[in-house]
Amino acid sequence: MTTMAQDNSPVDPSTFYVVEQDDHGHGSPTLLGFWIYLMSDALIFAALFATFGVLSSSYAGGPAPHEIFNLRLVALNTAILLFSSITYGFAMLAMERGGLRAVQGWLLVTGLLGLSFVGVELYEFAELIAEGATPQRSGFLSAFFTLVGTHGLHVTVGIIWIGVMLVQLNQRGLHLENKRRLQCLSMFWHFLDVIWIGVFSFVYLLGMVR
Amino acid sequence: MSSTSTASHGANLDGELHAHGDTHGHGSMRSYLIGFALSAVLTAIPFWLVMSDVLGNSTWTSAAVIAFAVAQVVVHTICFLHVNTQAEGGWTLVAFVFTAVILLIIIAGSLWIMYHLNTNMMPGMMTGQAATMP
Repeated sequence: MTTMAQDNSPVDPSTFYVVEQDDHGHGSPTLLGFWIYLMSDALIFAALFATFGVLSSSYAGGPAPHEIFNLRLVALNTAILLFSSITYGFAMLAMERGGLRAVQGWLLVTGLLGLSFVGVELYEFAELIAEGATPQRSGFLSAFFTLVGTHGLHVTVGIIWIGVMLVQLNQRGLHLENKRRLQCLSMFWHFLDVIWIGVFSFVYLLGMVR
Repeated sequence: MSSTSTASHGANLDGELHAHGDTHGHGSMRSYLIGFALSAVLTAIPFWLVMSDVLGNSTWTSAAVIAFAVAQVVVHTICFLHVNTQAEGGWTLVAFVFTAVILLIIIAGSLWIMYHLNTNMMPGMMTGQAATMP
C-alpha cells in the first residue's frame, strides 16, 4: 500500500472523490437532510389530518367534540408547548455563546415542559376513556386518538432525545457534533409545535365550533 | 478546562460549522421574542373567539380559526425554524413550500372527494335515483 502511494505521489491519490463530501463536520448536509426528514414527517401528519377531517363527523351515535373536549386543558397544553419552544430557543442562543451550563439548564426546562405537556395529554386521554369515549367508540374518536396520540408520541421521543443530549453535553461538552445534534433537535422540537398549531386549531377549536 | 477556553473553543468550532457556505440560521434573541409574542397573540385570539363565541356565527369563527392557524405556522417557520431564502442556499425553503403544496393537496383533496362521495352516494339517494329511473 505505502509503496503504491509513493509511486503515485505526483498524482494526488486522494482526488478520486470530493474530499469535502466525506467530512461530516460541516453540519450542512446533516441539517438539510434532517429538514427533509421533518418534511416527510409532516406528510405523515398530513395523512392523519386528512383522515381526521374525513371522519370528523362520523360519531356513530357516540359523543360529539363539544360534549367531550375540555378547551381549558387544550389552552394549558398550547401554552406549555409554546413556552417550551421559547426555552429551547434560549438554549440555542446559549449554545452560540458557548455557555454549556446555560444550554443544559434551558434544555432541562424544555424537557420538563415537554413532560408536563405529555402528562396533561395523558390525563385528558384517561378522562375521555373513563367517560366511554374510547378509540373504539366511533370513527371520529379513532381518528382523534391516532392524530393526537401520534403527536404526543413525537413529543415523548423529543423528551428522550433531550435526555440523551443532556448526558452527551455532560460528558463531551459543546463540541461540533453536539452543536449539530442540538440544531437538529431544535428543528424537531419547533416542528412539533407547528404540528400542534394544526391540532389545536383543526381538531379542538373547529371541533367545538362544529 | 476553564470557561473562557471552552467559549473560545466553541466559537472556533462554530466558525467551522459555518464554513463552506453553510448559512443555516440560528435566529437571535429578538427573533425568538418576536415569534413568541406573535404566537401568543395568534393563539389567544382564536381560543377567545371559540370559548366566548364572540362572532356568534360558526362559519366566520371557523374561517378566523383557520386564518390564525396559517398565520401562526408562518410565524413559527420564520422565527423558530429560521426558514428563509438564504438558509442552506434556499433548499429548506424549497422543501418547505413543496411539502406545503403536497400537504394541501392531500388534506383538501381528501375532504373534497370524501364529501362528494358522502353526499352523492348516500344509500337513500341511490334508491331514490333507482326509483325514478325509467
